[in-house]
Amino acid sequence: MEIIRGRVWKFGDDINTDVIAPGKYLKLPNEDMAKHVFEGIDPELPGKIKPGDIVVGGANFGSGSSRESAPAAIKYAGVSAVVAVFFARIFFRNAINLGLPVLECPEASKIQQSDELEIDMENGVIRNLTQSQVYKASRLPEHIQQLIRVGGLVPYLEQELAKESSANG
Amino acid sequence: MGLTITEKIMARASGRETVRPGELVWANVDMAMMQDSGGPRRIANNLEHLGVPVWDPDKVTIVSDHFVPPSNETEARIQTVTRAWVKKYGVSRFHEFQGICHIVPIERGYVRPGILMVGGDSHSCTGGAMGAMVVALGSTDMLGVLVTGRTWLRVPETIKIIWEGKLPVGTFAKDMVLANLKQLGTAGATYKVLEFSGETVTNLPLDERLILTNMSIEMGAKTGIIEPDDTVLRYMEGKDVEFNPVYSDPDAKYSKILVNEAEDLEPLVACPHSPDNVASADSLHGIALDQAFIGGCTGGKYHDLATAAAILKGRKIAVGTRLLVAPASQQVLQRALADGVLEVLLNAGATLLPSACGPCGGLSMGILSDGERCISSTNRNFRGRMGSSNSEVYLASAATVAASAVTGQISDPREFIRS
Repeated sequence: MEIIRGRVWKFGDDINTDVIAPGKYLKLPNEDMAKHVFEGIDPELPGKIKPGDIVVGGANFGSGSSRESAPAAIKYAGVSAVVAVFFARIFFRNAINLGLPVLECPEASKIQQSDELEIDMENGVIRNLTQSQVYKASRLPEHIQQLIRVGGLVPYLEQELAKESSANG
Repeated sequence: MGLTITEKIMARASGRETVRPGELVWANVDMAMMQDSGGPRRIANNLEHLGVPVWDPDKVTIVSDHFVPPSNETEARIQTVTRAWVKKYGVSRFHEFQGICHIVPIERGYVRPGILMVGGDSHSCTGGAMGAMVVALGSTDMLGVLVTGRTWLRVPETIKIIWEGKLPVGTFAKDMVLANLKQLGTAGATYKVLEFSGETVTNLPLDERLILTNMSIEMGAKTGIIEPDDTVLRYMEGKDVEFNPVYSDPDAKYSKILVNEAEDLEPLVACPHSPDNVASADSLHGIALDQAFIGGCTGGKYHDLATAAAILKGRKIAVGTRLLVAPASQQVLQRALADGVLEVLLNAGATLLPSACGPCGGLSMGILSDGERCISSTNRNFRGRMGSSNSEVYLASAATVAASAVTGQISDPREFIRS
C-alpha cells in the first residue's frame, strides 16, 4: 500500500456527522455534498480543504448518524486519509467501505493544524514531518486493509463475485 | 462461562456454539431495513453494476420516512427511485407514508425477539427493545448485506445498565436515558452494547423501552438491547410470526455494570449542542422557546402523545411558541385519533405534521432559523441539527416538552401533573 502524504486539517473531539454532512444537504448526491463538507463547523472550510489534505480529529470522530455522506463528502473533497484518537463505529465502517483510509492513533492530539504528515497504512505508522515526530497507529485487521486496498466494498464484492462465477463456471 | 443475550444472538447467527468479545465473525442477517435517504438511491447503481439479485427479498424492508412527503423535486425523485427499486428487486415489505423506519418494522412484526437485524440508519438500535440485536450500518455496508445476506461484526463487550425502583411522578424513560448519557457521555459505550435491565425497565410499557434502546447510539453504542419479557411476548402474539427469544445467562460477563436508582430521578434536559450535556429541567427554568416538537422515532410514539395530552388537556400553548406534533407512524396517529389524544393536542394549539422524520434531522418542516430555540422529544441536538448552525435544540421527555410549550419556556412538568 502506498505512502500517503499531506497537509493537516485539525479538528477537536466529538466531530459528528451532522456538522460534517449537514442534514439539509442529504438530498444531494455525495459529489455535491462534498462542496459542503464540514460546513456545520465553519462555512468557509469546504473552499479551503484541498485534494490530498489529511483530516485529523480527536476522540469519537464521526459520531451520530449512519449517513455514508459524511465519509463520502470527505473522500469526494479529495481528502487522502482521516486520523483520529478513535472513531465512532458506523463512520469507521463507512469510511472503510468507501475506501477512505482511516487510522486510529492515540497520539493524534499532538498533531497541529497545517502539519505535514506521511502515513504508512500497511504498518500503521504516522510521521509528522513538521514536528519531526513518529506516532504508532492501530494496525487494521488484514481483511479490512484488503478492503481499503481494492478501493472499498463494491470493488471487493466484484472480485468475490467474479471468483464465485469462475469457480462455478 | 455464560453468555449475554447479544452473544447468544451473534453465536447463532454466525453458526457457532459460542462467541467472545473481540472476535470478528461473519454473521447471517435475519432482516435488513433501509430508509429512503440512505437506501435504494445510494446503492441502486452499484447493485446494478454487480448484476446480482437481492439475496432474499423477503428479509428486506424499505421504509421511506426521511423525504416523506417530498418537499421539492429532488426529494420526489428520490421517492420515484425508491419505488422503482423495490419493484425491480421484488421487495414487498415496502412502506411509505406509514411512519418512521424504526417504528413501522416493529408494528409489522419484522423485529422479532432473538433475530440479528441490520438497519441503514443509526437509530436502528431502537429495535433492541424487542430482544433482537439490531445493528446500524451505512449504505455500502447494506449493499454488501443485500448481495450476500451476511456482514462482518466484531463481538462487542456489553455494559449492563440496571434501573431499580419506581419512577417518580413526572419522570419517564427519556429522563432515565438522559441520566445514563450524563454518566457515560457520547462516547462512553463506543463499540459496546448497552443491555438495559432491572424492575424499572420491566415495568415500562414497550413504547417507553424503545426510548432507552433508541438513544443507545447517542452513547456511541453498537446497539441497545432489552431481554424480551411478557410485555414483548404479548405484543408479538398478534403478529403471527415465529421467533426464538434468548436471554442472558446469570453468569454472563459484562464489561461494566451501572446501577441506577429510579427514585433519585428528576425531569432532565439535554442542552445544546450534545445529548450528554444534561441538566435538570428545574435548573433551566425560564429559558424562552420559539418551538416545541413532539415527534420522531424517539418521542413520537403513542405513549409520548398521550403523555403530552395529559398535560395539555384544557390548556393552551404560549403565544409566541409553536408546538409541532409528528406521530411516529400512521398506526400511532390512528390510535391518537380514536381515543381523543389528538383532539386534546390540536385544541391546545398543536400543529400536526406527517408521520415522518421531519424536523428531527433538519430535513423538512419546523426548521429553525438563526437564534431560534427549540425543545424536542427527539434524540439528537448537535449544532445545526434542526436548521441554522446558530439555533439551539434542547432534548427532553414529551411531558417536559408539553409543559414547556404551555409556558413558552423550559419548564418542569411536575408542576402540571400535580395540579
